[in-house]
Amino acid sequence: MALSKLNLKCFNINASTKESVCAQVFKRNFFNYVPSKKQIVNGPTIRMNMFQAINNALDIALKSDDTAMVFGEDVAFGGVFRCTMDLQKKYGKSRIFNTPLCEQGIVGFGIGVANMGSTAIAEIQFADYIFPAFDQLVNEAAKCRYRSGNQFNCGKLTVRAPCGAVGHGALYHSQSPEGYFAHTPGLKVVVPRGPIHAKGLLLSCIREPDPCIVLEPKVLYRAAVDEVPEGDYSIPIGKAEVVVEGDAVTLIGWGTQVHVLTEVAQLAKTKFNVNCEVIDLVSILPWDRDTVCKSVKKTKRVLISHEAPLTAGFGAELASTIQEECFLHLEAPISRVTGFDTPFPHIFEPFYLPDKWRCLQAIRNLLDY
Amino acid sequence: MALSKNVCVLFKRCFQNKLSFKYLSTHSQPPIFPGAKAEWTQKLEFTGTHSYSPLPIYQVLDQQGQIIDASEDPKLNSNILEKMYKDMTLLNVLDKILYESQRQGRISFYMTNYGEEAAHIGSAAALTTNDVVYGQYREVGVLLWRGFTLPELMNQCYGNAEDKGKGRQMPVHYGSKNLNFVTISSPLTTQMPQAAGAAYALKGKNRVVICYFGEGAASEGDAHAALNFAATLDCPVIFFCRNNGYAISTPANEQYRGDGIGGRGPGYGINTLRVDGNDPLAVYNATRKAKEYAITESKPVLIEAMTYRVGHHSTSDDSSAYRSKEEVDHWSTNQNPVNRFRMYLQNNNLWNDELEKKWLAEARKNVISAFEEAEKRPKPNWSEMFKDVYETMPDYLVKQMESMQKHVEQYKEHYPVKNYSK
Repeated sequence: MALSKLNLKCFNINASTKESVCAQVFKRNFFNYVPSKKQIVNGPTIRMNMFQAINNALDIALKSDDTAMVFGEDVAFGGVFRCTMDLQKKYGKSRIFNTPLCEQGIVGFGIGVANMGSTAIAEIQFADYIFPAFDQLVNEAAKCRYRSGNQFNCGKLTVRAPCGAVGHGALYHSQSPEGYFAHTPGLKVVVPRGPIHAKGLLLSCIREPDPCIVLEPKVLYRAAVDEVPEGDYSIPIGKAEVVVEGDAVTLIGWGTQVHVLTEVAQLAKTKFNVNCEVIDLVSILPWDRDTVCKSVKKTKRVLISHEAPLTAGFGAELASTIQEECFLHLEAPISRVTGFDTPFPHIFEPFYLPDKWRCLQAIRNLLDY
Repeated sequence: MALSKNVCVLFKRCFQNKLSFKYLSTHSQPPIFPGAKAEWTQKLEFTGTHSYSPLPIYQVLDQQGQIIDASEDPKLNSNILEKMYKDMTLLNVLDKILYESQRQGRISFYMTNYGEEAAHIGSAAALTTNDVVYGQYREVGVLLWRGFTLPELMNQCYGNAEDKGKGRQMPVHYGSKNLNFVTISSPLTTQMPQAAGAAYALKGKNRVVICYFGEGAASEGDAHAALNFAATLDCPVIFFCRNNGYAISTPANEQYRGDGIGGRGPGYGINTLRVDGNDPLAVYNATRKAKEYAITESKPVLIEAMTYRVGHHSTSDDSSAYRSKEEVDHWSTNQNPVNRFRMYLQNNNLWNDELEKKWLAEARKNVISAFEEAEKRPKPNWSEMFKDVYETMPDYLVKQMESMQKHVEQYKEHYPVKNYSK
């Protein structure tokens, strides 16, 4: 585990020669970032990429809450993805600190901090390594309030974890584990699609009275740049966003896949002369049934797309609920374009991902049905 | 030459010039690896359990209830000593009645505390209610000491409408916000890293966290995580291991090969005490010292209390399937912590047969009356099932609750609605 972490650290810390060589060999633009146009709050904005927006959110959270602390593996020097840069200098070693390399310890420790009413912001270095903490998240964090009859809770716990495809991450630096956590009552799970959402959602999660997991698509840390509101703002958990309006097919995704689907909607316009509606689900648990079903009742066709494998992926939950809620409106079977039911491969990544061409073909099938 | 110069430059940088250039240039100088502070040796030799003696077991009282070394007498006042004894015996009475009630099918599950009374009460008495407790499940004595009432205990075991846990967990999964006793959960050892985190959050506030666990639980990965986090992050936490010789059927010699759990403490850089867990005064002294050290130094302490699980693991276990009656009898008679403490009190004229008789009758009466009251109470309204999953009930869960309400209305004869509050 440690070795592979280090390998990827090298790629990400030195954005210089190493990365450009890697880029030629491994990187392929599986998406084109579409900056968010929607104005979330009034006020000045700063151009930031996603890791800067996350850093900014943490800064605001630490400034506004004396009990808040940030911990995890290698967060003290700024983090392997630079999300915690300069925070230790600003807030001290007692509030920003490295932990031993042990994920179950990180989450267990965070639950304890939150039990005492302090704000715990834990980092798991890669979502692929969250599984050693699965027991603490599923059996403990999620059930703490329920099992104690609301005497105790760990609502002040937030776990951040970089997730998703990165071009060359292979089996253990690419996973999207949202489906595992979506099956856990008591947790809240969100996935931002860019800097504006990363900041607003992270601030929401930190202040939410329930334990939250923020899955941050790591490929967006540098690639995604937005005009991010400078101030303190939040984006509600449990609310989806219609990113592109349309009437022909509803395309549902989250994280990086929203950008793939936005491009697919443009392609569909050019090639098939139809307007697709793109929905960023934003929040996996709880998820926004109203926004999704309203759109499906209008378009009557649905494509769900995620990087995680097909079988029992979160798309299955969406498809089943849509089928139940929108049965009389559907004109074609619900389509799911996802990763395959294999581990996430290294050299075959371009063939594994649910890219724009696979999605486009699925739209054609939906229209032709 | 060039290479060694580079190496030295690197070392110099690493150690911020604390060590002189000359100092590093010869092998006869002490090693400076960042990973450990140690001396060189030219002797190729394993370090193993043979390299050092096992940790000794600290005792205050002998088997006849006499203080062995007067300087170790905690000199507790008679009220405290009496309360200690009464809580230990109340625990026995409670266990007997609830164990039998499970056998009669009146509660679904129970776990007794036989043989471990001194470990609970001795440690609890050395702390205040302001100190936070994380437990495993066999620590009811700690709750009794803190003032958890018999009705509260019974309400939890029955899962009735008065249970603070709202009937959601199995019996013996107690918790009390007022008494700073964090609600018990079944997954073993998960509470240990949580206790470290809680202690970190309470650093500098003159409070300590105590975390109880069995020697079997110490084999879980979370135990490793907790000890290492507590040490590296300087957490004022007391890890209190009840080493009672068995994890269900698994004897301690199938659980580990080192010097018990205490033997691991120094490996994590944690100050460790091993005590006679059947001697409440030894446990008291150890816990008091641990608290003092944990708070003043802001560091963890590991206490391993050596004891014996006299009862079955739980009501779902028959321990005669894996250990002899003779073995159990030895511990329940010759080595009984309650008897030993009673002898100590009698030696000091603080207790006698008459008081014993009177107290046991009173304890039994109180337990039975709390038991019967709890049995009569209705269960909570079944819609409590949907609450507290989140702080606020999400709309989809409201819908699930409403649909169940309609269903139960329609099919009420098939559900035990009359046992549940309206």
